Amino acid sequence: MTWRRIAIVVALAGLLALVATACGGGKEMILATTTSTQDTGLLDELVPKFKEETGYNVKVIAVGSGEALSMADRGDADAVLAHAPSSEQALVDKGSLINRQLVMHNDFVIVGPANDPAGIKGMESAVEALTTIADQKAPFISRGDDSGTDKLEKSLWKKAGLDPQGQGWYEESGQGMGATLQITSQRGAYTISDRGTYLAQSSNLDLEVLVEGDPVLLNIYHVMQVNPEQFDRVNGKAGQAFVEFMVSKETQDIISKFGVDKYGRPLFIADAGKSESELGLQ
Amino acid sequence: MSEAKLSLRDVWVRRRGSDILQVPHLDVLPGEVLAIIGPNGAGKTTLLMVLGLLERPFQGEVLFEGEGVRGRELSLRRRMAVVFQEALLLRRSVLDNVGLGLGLRGVPRRQRQERALHWMERFGVAHVARRGSRNLSGGEAQRASLARAFALEPEVLLLDEPFSGLDQPTREALLEELAGVLAETGLTTVFVTHDRDEAVRLGHRVAVLLGGRLRQVGPAADVFAAPVDEEVAAFVGVETMVPAHAVGDAGGLARLEVAGRVIEAVVKGPLAPDVLVCLRPEDVVLAPPDGVMSSSARNRLPGVITRVVPLGAQARVTVDCGFPLVAVVTRRSLEELGLVEGAQVMASFKASAVHLIPRPTAS
Amino acid sequence: MDLIWDGIREAFRILGTGDYSLWEITLRSLFISGSAVAISLFIGIAVGSLLAFNEFPGRNLAFTAVNTGMGLPPVVVGLMVAILLWRSGPLGQLNLIYTPAAMIIAQTIIAAPIVTGFTAAALRSLSPRLRSQLYALGASRLQMLWLVLWEAKLPLLAAVMAGFGGAVSEIGASMMVGGNLAGQTRVLTTAVVLQVSRGEFAPAIALSLVLLALIFAVNLILTTVQQQEQRS
Repeated sequence: MTWRRIAIVVALAGLLALVATACGGGKEMILATTTSTQDTGLLDELVPKFKEETGYNVKVIAVGSGEALSMADRGDADAVLAHAPSSEQALVDKGSLINRQLVMHNDFVIVGPANDPAGIKGMESAVEALTTIADQKAPFISRGDDSGTDKLEKSLWKKAGLDPQGQGWYEESGQGMGATLQITSQRGAYTISDRGTYLAQSSNLDLEVLVEGDPVLLNIYHVMQVNPEQFDRVNGKAGQAFVEFMVSKETQDIISKFGVDKYGRPLFIADAGKSESELGLQ
Repeated sequence: MSEAKLSLRDVWVRRRGSDILQVPHLDVLPGEVLAIIGPNGAGKTTLLMVLGLLERPFQGEVLFEGEGVRGRELSLRRRMAVVFQEALLLRRSVLDNVGLGLGLRGVPRRQRQERALHWMERFGVAHVARRGSRNLSGGEAQRASLARAFALEPEVLLLDEPFSGLDQPTREALLEELAGVLAETGLTTVFVTHDRDEAVRLGHRVAVLLGGRLRQVGPAADVFAAPVDEEVAAFVGVETMVPAHAVGDAGGLARLEVAGRVIEAVVKGPLAPDVLVCLRPEDVVLAPPDGVMSSSARNRLPGVITRVVPLGAQARVTVDCGFPLVAVVTRRSLEELGLVEGAQVMASFKASAVHLIPRPTAS
Repeated sequence: MDLIWDGIREAFRILGTGDYSLWEITLRSLFISGSAVAISLFIGIAVGSLLAFNEFPGRNLAFTAVNTGMGLPPVVVGLMVAILLWRSGPLGQLNLIYTPAAMIIAQTIIAAPIVTGFTAAALRSLSPRLRSQLYALGASRLQMLWLVLWEAKLPLLAAVMAGFGGAVSEIGASMMVGGNLAGQTRVLTTAVVLQVSRGEFAPAIALSLVLLALIFAVNLILTTVQQQEQRS
């Protein structure tokens, strides 16, 4: 039997060695954010800078808004960068999130095929556009994943007094913005996307921006810390440092220039320090 | 007892709740060849595995040179060698296989190969040394297996029906070669077989194992000529067994009544009133009914042939003399004497050829 | 169609230049899946030989468990391991979540039943008398194990290859417990998904080609060894 024991000891030793390497502790930080945010590439530029300045190794976990906030609510993250204001506020009220600060915003756009079969191009009201799509039974792809984008879309349907769920022309992808745009493009359908992701992928898509500018289409990003008092193992110092970093003047400069060289216009508008009411004007 | 090489004391082996082997006492003497015979399922292989320290009995002790084996099984196993019915060679060259046991004992490569080759020559397979083990005939593989065992220069050799799976000519050839090597080396050997001829050819002593129990252990001649009970008698090849009643006893010669005839048998010691008369077919001579008998047999019984069964170069002839009597004759004699079913013959056998087994007195 | 041709052409260019951290990701895939398979091999030999050689009550149940384990959906394994390793979970203080170590653990859980099942089958296929013969030749337990494993080395190799194949191509568990972090826990499969979700097909194709080549190479080894064995 001894060799069997040896085998098991070796296996366990191997695992323990791995565990040891993983224990970083103090200088590690988990940032929960959304796939659309990550897909813009903004974090690829900001995170290394943050590491340089503060020494924190940031693990950027990009999932849907729902999951990101759920992670925060379990204490499985140190900071959150999201764009689902009402859900975020609920957690602030609950006490799971603290130090919530406005960072930036961009907007959502309704995109669809160039030939626009539903005829919504140029409409000023997003709700009107969606109502038209429903009337025409034009194919529409929803995120369906409880993300910020998804929540916004559902709120617009509600405002229109419609319930498209279960109807043949309305489909849910259950995936991130990039994948959803792909599906929309392949099907010649309509969807709501944040401008950032759309711009980043537009060269691969057969879609055009058809409706924009409606204030309800604003996509507002906040950064916040997970409350270290509420959960063990939350790195409060790192979370705080990240929030401060995101609203710092330097970072805000970077944000306001991000995307210009690639798309001709910035993907985001930096808003730190402003109050939310100021954003109604775009 | 301390002179025995291997001993079993009060050994029981149980498997799935039933007793498959019960040996209160067995000694394997140094330098002897002990043949263990029995039918399939008698427990012979189990007995061999216990002797070879490859299986631990449920109860009882195994002794090596008088001392218990517990705790030193591995070192003792390395002083013995086992040959199974299948050669069980590994996927490598024959030479590597034959040297395997030596390698396990840490013998250096050069020596290993020398010894392996020496024994492969002895058993006539040196020419296949470099071949892959999958490319051997059954006979070649068993020769390699024997070479592998002898290369270890063991103190005890155990063989479990090593020739059962081979064709007859190969079997006979290997039997002779093995007999030669054993006689030369004087190796303590335990040889398990269900073939009586092999047992007689190789064994100094024979142990008869039936139903997991040793029924008789003794010199080969004794076991075959004087089996201790009916079952052993049947197994060792006594084909004529008839109940008889003692009617007289004078000067070492008993008179027995069987089926209306009287026969005479040599006895030593007291005579039981009811016995089983046993005769080996080799001891019964057949002659034409009125011919002159050249032998000095005391027992002559006329009878009718009821059955003739040819078996290779011989034939088994059953004669009804009032009771069934089985004789074995050569094919030639069969023809010369005109022995066919229904023919009349005179069967005769010596008084000394009759073996008596006491029976419990019937009604 | 243009998309695919452009993608393939661009993919080869990326293979040549090593952009998108291609080789770093490949090495990490090899390291993580390789470690998982190595650990699985130890487990497989220990448990597989137990199943193959020893009789014990509940042996059939154990075999069934191993076979069931082979069919475990990797994403389910990922979820279970993630729940354990999250900070909010029972093993949170190990700080293993989103590390290569966590991925190795998850992939080991996925690969171990495969390797164990194959190993048990391979050892069972050997002649039952063989072990007695080897013991009779004077093998110690360790020597016997080594000889028996060497004798069954072909099916064992197949077991390792199957385990590796399962580990290196799985994505659900790696995503969940690894987080697909650039430079830390990104492997070939998770990288492909990321690139596709970003609409960047050329690097996705390049990464896929590397993954295919890897699996092909691994199978080539097995086939070559098998052929050598058969010839001898």
